[in-house]
Amino acid sequence: MPISPQEILETIRMIRMEHLDIRTVTMGISLLDVKGDSIEALAENIYKKITERAKNLRDTVEEVSSKYDIPIANTRITVTPIALIARAKEDDDLFPIAQALDRAGKDLRIDYIGGFGALVHKGCTPCDIALMNSIPRALAKLDRVCSSVNVASTKNGMNMEAILLMAEKIKETAELSADRDSIACAKLVVYCNAPEDNPFMAGGFHGVGEGESAINVAISGPGTVRSALSRLKDVSFNELTEEIKRTAFKITRVGELVGREISAKLGVPFGIVDLSLAPTPEEGDSIADILQAMGLEECGAPGSLAAIALLTDAVKKGGLFASSSVGGMSGTFIPLSEDAGMARAAERGSLNLDKLQAMTAVCSVGLDMVAIPGDTPVETIAGIIADEMAIGMMNNKTVGVRIIPVIGKKAGEWVDFGGLLGKAPILPVSSFRSDAFVRRKGRIQAPITSFTN
Amino acid sequence: MERAVVTVIGKDRVGIVANISSILAKHNVNILDISQTIMQDLFAMIMLVDISQADIDLSTLRSEIEAKAKEMGLQAIVQHENIFNYMHRI
Repeated sequence: MPISPQEILETIRMIRMEHLDIRTVTMGISLLDVKGDSIEALAENIYKKITERAKNLRDTVEEVSSKYDIPIANTRITVTPIALIARAKEDDDLFPIAQALDRAGKDLRIDYIGGFGALVHKGCTPCDIALMNSIPRALAKLDRVCSSVNVASTKNGMNMEAILLMAEKIKETAELSADRDSIACAKLVVYCNAPEDNPFMAGGFHGVGEGESAINVAISGPGTVRSALSRLKDVSFNELTEEIKRTAFKITRVGELVGREISAKLGVPFGIVDLSLAPTPEEGDSIADILQAMGLEECGAPGSLAAIALLTDAVKKGGLFASSSVGGMSGTFIPLSEDAGMARAAERGSLNLDKLQAMTAVCSVGLDMVAIPGDTPVETIAGIIADEMAIGMMNNKTVGVRIIPVIGKKAGEWVDFGGLLGKAPILPVSSFRSDAFVRRKGRIQAPITSFTN
Repeated sequence: MERAVVTVIGKDRVGIVANISSILAKHNVNILDISQTIMQDLFAMIMLVDISQADIDLSTLRSEIEAKAKEMGLQAIVQHENIFNYMHRI
């Protein structure tokens, strides 16, 4: 059956008026085979491998973007978590490796490179410690490098010592970039159940179970879903769900097409399409606005968890059928500063840290781009991370914490991170202390629900 | 056969079809189908074209058509047809 003019115009409307785009095409590259006699030599070999593997990435992304008139907002690279290959001692400085990653990213004209990270959900090696200690300077001094550290999993429990250490590193990262509203923290995620094929940043890395390389694609389409829902008035929940599924199907197909084509042109296996709805600060490209279109006065109003659960589930049901391979985060993103509607809800007082955290229990993907007062104690940050990790661990889902203690600013003040990172008011945090709890040694055991064998 | 869709959107005026067709003819691009419709109060002309015998690549053709449309105060979008097949057909 030929494509009708209405179908053609629907596609054009979604792209040109409703902000449908590909959020990122991310090439995963394994570094497991890269060696070096010193950290400097290893860094150089990492640079060589990445720049060789991805030399045509940017040009190919631009070519495919133009062929279909579909914007591709970012081109990114993920690599094997550096702590797995660095063979460093505890007091080594891994900054030269971060520099090599950044230089590779710059020379390849890509936006971000993820994988300056570690997997420490059960324990830390000396190299893991070295890596975590190297994070603040790497993120504060370099533009493209992103870090993620997995500190908990459903199968292994929560490494509480790593959580406290990461809370300290977040604070240090904030202080080292205090002159820029602590923006370096936007490139750092602490995870529970981190996915190994995540194309999104800051948490993307190329997992150890992955092959040599892969092309992973993330779509973005809150504006498209919002427009579809706002054309429906007074419909039942069933009809609402059906409309979201139909829209998610179409959005995901674009990701599938772009991913397959780039993969074929580069001769790199196609990995996954990530079904996440990722908002941008653009007017209308907002998860909060979708909740409004469903009938809530503002995001955070009673019913918000139910609404976002419906949304997330319907997106998955529509998207799964549209792609040969789905993975990554595949949830609904609610990054406070990156979503103008979420920031507005926080300003109006309908959304606070507790409500936001509750929402992460049903929609993935954690406390994201949340600015908190710069004088928040490390132990309080560790407590917030621990709570979020517990949500992920107990519910067998991925969650991350990307939190920004904005040095020198107080609750209620606005902070503007610029570009896709957006702006938001700083949320107040509880003044009750968690020190004696988070400073205990050891880990929280895996939950009984993890014993499924 | 490799096909693309040319869509021109804007206020209706004399010469839209003629101007775009002449670019297509110049580059040996055959028009397979043409239709006109209204999208949110704007005129939209849609052409399905065969680019397999074209003497230039798709991105150069796109630039020429976009430039001509802009000259007429219109917006042109040139897309490989695969995107529509992917989005609207299973």
